[in-house]
Amino acid sequence: MTAMPAVALTPQTFKSDVKPVWCPGCGDYTVLSAITKALAKLELAPESVALVSGIGCSSRIPAYTTCYGFHGVHGRALPAATGLKVARPDLTVIAAGGDGDGYSIGGNHFLHACRRNVDLTYIVMDNRVYGMTKGQPSPTTEPDWDSKLTPEGTGLREFHPLVIALASGANFIARTFSGDPNGTADLIVQAIRNPGFSFIEVLSPCVTFRPEQRGWKQLVRPSPVEPTDDPGRAARRLMTDDGFNLGVLYKGTRKPYQPAKAPSAKPADLEREFVL
Amino acid sequence: MSPVRTPRKASRRAAAKRAPRAAHAAANAKLEAFMKQAYAMELEAAERYAEFADQMDIANNREVAQLFRKLAGIEGKHAAQILEQMGWKQAPLGVQPFRWEGLEGVETGEHLEMHYLMKPFHALSIALKNEDRAARFFAHVARQDLPKAVREAAAEMAEEEREHVRWVKEWIARVPQPGADWDRDPDPPNVND
Repeated sequence: MTAMPAVALTPQTFKSDVKPVWCPGCGDYTVLSAITKALAKLELAPESVALVSGIGCSSRIPAYTTCYGFHGVHGRALPAATGLKVARPDLTVIAAGGDGDGYSIGGNHFLHACRRNVDLTYIVMDNRVYGMTKGQPSPTTEPDWDSKLTPEGTGLREFHPLVIALASGANFIARTFSGDPNGTADLIVQAIRNPGFSFIEVLSPCVTFRPEQRGWKQLVRPSPVEPTDDPGRAARRLMTDDGFNLGVLYKGTRKPYQPAKAPSAKPADLEREFVL
Repeated sequence: MSPVRTPRKASRRAAAKRAPRAAHAAANAKLEAFMKQAYAMELEAAERYAEFADQMDIANNREVAQLFRKLAGIEGKHAAQILEQMGWKQAPLGVQPFRWEGLEGVETGEHLEMHYLMKPFHALSIALKNEDRAARFFAHVARQDLPKAVREAAAEMAEEEREHVRWVKEWIARVPQPGADWDRDPDPPNVND
């Protein structure tokens, strides 16, 4: 968060000319809008922010902003984002993607990104389904979700990303709902400002394959308790919560990991390595 | 929601200046804060309708896209009029959209209400809800313990929003009512056979 713009920034500043191709009604539209609002509020110049993603509907998001973007390999948003932040600590790095990309294909990277606690923000748009590939269950899909592809459901217990994030060492854990655009923007602001690895789960309905998720609007509520910096207390809260409490659920004080900057190699040094 | 707001006898700034000298500074500050809120509302509404229009364009629902584009233009004009009334040469800094009566802003429709096959009737129904909520918001402000200039401005805006409600209702009456099977798609996007 170093570059200060010479002119006032608005959310529009951060929207590219590329129009999103998500299904009308998709929660990801709001997340895009919230990211642009948050960046404007933080007065970050677009060139001081990098948005890194993997694969999936929500991973298209970097193209829709004017920030630096990297639409990477499936499940690999976090390694790329981590490498970028370590190499360029002056950049504000945001990784974004979906539940399949982040918790299944990229599940192992998720654990270790939390553990490393590099100063970046990870936004997961969780719709509990693989939407882009036409509706397969994801790690967060309910065990009894009945679909053509999984008659009577998978019977598999769902993944609890916030609990896993806490256990693995994430320094900021929050949940929001895409139907709350300004609340989501505020949480993104807080997540970016908080040093270390910040994780935001966004309940982002897939209106095409999970139309019943429109009903999340009636289920979400502000968390009845204040954020805590006590991991034990946070663990009890997260283990007993029904997945619809919104807000900052844990805010730790762990120092972010940032390795000492290695001296840059000169071209001549590199050339010497290739001398036969 | 007529394309332009009804003209006022005097600008908001002039109204604040008529207040007694001792209360002038405080009243003016509160009026400015209120007008910033109103500006944020109108701007957010314009941006949201533009987003809806983009969604409909992508879904090749041109008719509804055009309608949302029109609504975005109208709300954008309202925002510009606030700048003019306040004598602001450019958009005020520190304007933040806010929630009211739920998770959304005062005058913004929800993304979740979008459907790729929606009809003008549905789009106008969203606009009607927004205008009605805005009228209630301004009426609520007008009832608060605030400087007279703010209450008057809020009451005036509430009346304008009520006029918009009437106007949208007339518009709805002119568009075809969607049939029971308006969202029927013989080749829906969620087919996974």
